[in-house]
Amino acid sequence: MEKMWAMAPAFVEGVPHGKALGIKFVSVDRGKATMALPYSAKIIGDPATRVIHGGAITTVLDQVSGLAAVAAIVTEENILAMTGVATLDLSIDYMRPAKPGETVIATAHCYKTTHHIAFVRAIAHDGDDNDPVATSQATFMISHAGGKP
Amino acid sequence: MTGAEIVRVLGKLPYASFINVEPILMDEELTMVMRYQEKNIGNPFLPALHGGAIGGFLEVSAIAGLMFSGDYTKVPKPIGLNIGYLRRGKPQDCFARTNIVRQGSRIANVRVEAWQDDMDNPVAVLMGNFLTADYKG
Repeated sequence: MEKMWAMAPAFVEGVPHGKALGIKFVSVDRGKATMALPYSAKIIGDPATRVIHGGAITTVLDQVSGLAAVAAIVTEENILAMTGVATLDLSIDYMRPAKPGETVIATAHCYKTTHHIAFVRAIAHDGDDNDPVATSQATFMISHAGGKP
Repeated sequence: MTGAEIVRVLGKLPYASFINVEPILMDEELTMVMRYQEKNIGNPFLPALHGGAIGGFLEVSAIAGLMFSGDYTKVPKPIGLNIGYLRRGKPQDCFARTNIVRQGSRIANVRVEAWQDDMDNPVAVLMGNFLTADYKG
C-alpha cells in the first residue's frame, strides 16, 4: 500500500479533466479512496442559485470510485504494469444541492472484486457525511496488465 | 422553450461552457454537441474522454432537452440517474439526443444517447429521473 500512496496523487494529477475541475487527491487505502472538489464559479449549473452542476459531482464520484477500484486490485507485482479499470456503469442519486462556496468531499469503497469486475459505492458531501449531496454505485471493468487474464 | 432561448440559457450555464457543450438546432430537433477539448480527457494514454465529462454532457443534454420541450422557469434537477458506458469516448466531438420517456407533473423520465462516429453505435446512454416541479406544458 505504500507504493499505492506514492502513486495515487498521480491518478488525480495525470487526469486532464479532473485537473481542469480542480479535483484534489485526499487519501487512499486498500479498496478505499477520498478526493475533494473545491467550489468554483466555472462549474455552476444553475446561475440563479450558484449551485454547481451535477456533472461535476458525477466526475468526482467516477474518479474516486475508479481509484478505490484500482486500490482494491493493486499488488506489488502489477502496480507498475498499470492494471487499469474502465467505468461500465454509474448510478447516482442526488439528495440535495451542494452548498455554494463549499468543497465537495467524495469517498469511495470498493467492496467486491471479481476477475473482471469491481463493485464500488461512493458518497459525496460538503462537510458532514451524514448529510450527503449524492451517493453512487458503480461497476468497473478490470483490464489486466499485458492483456492476459 | 424556443431554440434561441436554449442557446441563451446554455450560454449562461458555466458548466456547459466548461465542458464545451453547445446546442445544434435543425428545425424542431435539438442535438447537443460536446466539442473536443484536451481538458475533457480522462485517460491520456489511451486516450479517452473522462467518464465524468461524458456523464456531465449527458446531464446537460437531458436538461436542455427537457427545457426545449416545455416552459420552465427553473433548471430541472437530477434526482436519480444511471449512466451506461458502452465504448471508449474517443478524443473527438461527441453528440447527444434526449428522448423524454414520460413527462409527469413533477417528475420527468428521460433517456439520452451519446455517440461519436455513428449514431447507431452509442458511446454512452443515460436513463434518469428529473425534478420538473415548475413544468408548464
